[in-house]
Amino acid sequence: MVEEIRKQFPALSAHVYGKPLVYLDNAATAMRPQSVVDTWSQSVLAGNANIHRAVHYLAGVATEAYEGARDCVQAFINASSREEIVFTSGATAAVNLVAFSFGEAFIGEGDEVIVSTAEHHSNIVPWQLLCERKKAVLKVLDIRENGTLAVEQLEKLLSQRTKIVAISNISNVLGLINPVREIAQICHAHGVPVLVDGAQGIVHEPVDVQALDCDFYVFSGHKLYAATGTGVLYGKRKWLDAMPPYMGGGEMIKSVSFAQTTFAPLPEKFEAGTQNFNGAPTLVPAIRFVQEARANVAVQAEQAAITEYVYTKLTEDERITLYGTSLEQKIPLFSFAVKGAHHEDLALIMDKMGVALRSGQMCAEPLMDRLGVTGLLRASFGPYNTLQEAEYFIKCLDKAINMLL
Amino acid sequence: MSLEEKKQQIVEDFSVYDEWLDKYEYLIELGKSLEAFPEEKKTEERLIKGCQSRVWLDSEERDGRLYFTADSDAIITKGIISLLISVYSGSTKEEIAADDFGFVAEIGLKDNLSPTRANGLVSMIERIKEIAG
Repeated sequence: MVEEIRKQFPALSAHVYGKPLVYLDNAATAMRPQSVVDTWSQSVLAGNANIHRAVHYLAGVATEAYEGARDCVQAFINASSREEIVFTSGATAAVNLVAFSFGEAFIGEGDEVIVSTAEHHSNIVPWQLLCERKKAVLKVLDIRENGTLAVEQLEKLLSQRTKIVAISNISNVLGLINPVREIAQICHAHGVPVLVDGAQGIVHEPVDVQALDCDFYVFSGHKLYAATGTGVLYGKRKWLDAMPPYMGGGEMIKSVSFAQTTFAPLPEKFEAGTQNFNGAPTLVPAIRFVQEARANVAVQAEQAAITEYVYTKLTEDERITLYGTSLEQKIPLFSFAVKGAHHEDLALIMDKMGVALRSGQMCAEPLMDRLGVTGLLRASFGPYNTLQEAEYFIKCLDKAINMLL
Repeated sequence: MSLEEKKQQIVEDFSVYDEWLDKYEYLIELGKSLEAFPEEKKTEERLIKGCQSRVWLDSEERDGRLYFTADSDAIITKGIISLLISVYSGSTKEEIAADDFGFVAEIGLKDNLSPTRANGLVSMIERIKEIAG
């Protein structure tokens, strides 16, 4: 039952302005289950020591928890080895790492990088910076009218100079599952590696990096119910081995002298400085929660019911334009505009009704330009949201629109 | 009405409403009744940064007093800027420069707005002060 799941999340029982909180901003960050909070505080209270180097007892406890989380992530996404799992502070840091290090090794003047028009700024700006640095060219894969990726145009965009393609598993605005396996196949036929931004994808889709055959897969912990400041870069070993370190400092070295410094093997090569050893272990209970929720028939049925209900309500309403309208690829994430009512006004009014939504450009300005809007309103649901909450959201939306029009 | 009287009036008007949705209704009405702002005046220089919605503010000086006109694409923001300019229009630069804008806190506007909106409000106040400065 969804109620059983909700009980694991103390934050969900909050009241705001005297009304029960209806939290529909899960795509920005998810709430954390008690098990994650417990692991987090346990790490601080009973396992707090810097990892890897020291020989004392606590350092052993902390190192085991940290490396245990790596094993857990490896199994979760089915990476072929634990060395392919690099911990970062989040998806943004992971994309930046690849854009820098891959760029240093493989990208030169006149080379090309492809992203899609529906990417989050975190999967655009690092590539822009790289292209500026290397005098390379950023090319953009467009979307179709219904918001799905125009995959048929990919062949034409790929050229002899294309060095990497970076694409999201699921857009944080459109809420559509992209055919990343197909994209990887097309790119690999041209010898081009693919980075998948899985910030939303990992939350809603079972991910098997070997089956997808992507070269890199990145995600944040905080959207996956784990601690803030945790994140993962998966990279195929052949690439990670060939890439230079991103940051220099402690942990990532083998030996240091002023004549020459040699680097640690994977994955420490990319983990410079003190790592988030209190946070990383929370990935274990977070992943356990995700797996339980996915195996829970009632929760899955509720999610499907929410998706269908909200999708139908928003597309039926003539005042509303929903973006990302391919129901078979849709996750319960809805971005829309209301004719004659500003997204910010709607979000502000609905906030006072207890409904937490996101309004604005959602870190995807190029997509907003492509859709011809200044911003949108977004409702994103998690496994702890109920159909009843979805109904309340639709009721409040109608009330708010009537207040404004 | 003097600046002080106008501020007092607003505080009284607001005190009638206990519920935030009623306050919003009031701001929406204010926004809707704001005098039309010419499209050609919606320039980059008149645009106030720091708001999620777009806000334009223009001013004119007559007989030593400042008169403001404004617009926004979001109606609650338009209500807020309408409220601000109705208070400060007709004041001298010295009066505005010396004002602490404390009545905004008194009506609970700043604390109860979303962070981005509160930033927007701060930006609006700063722009008015800048013009008077």
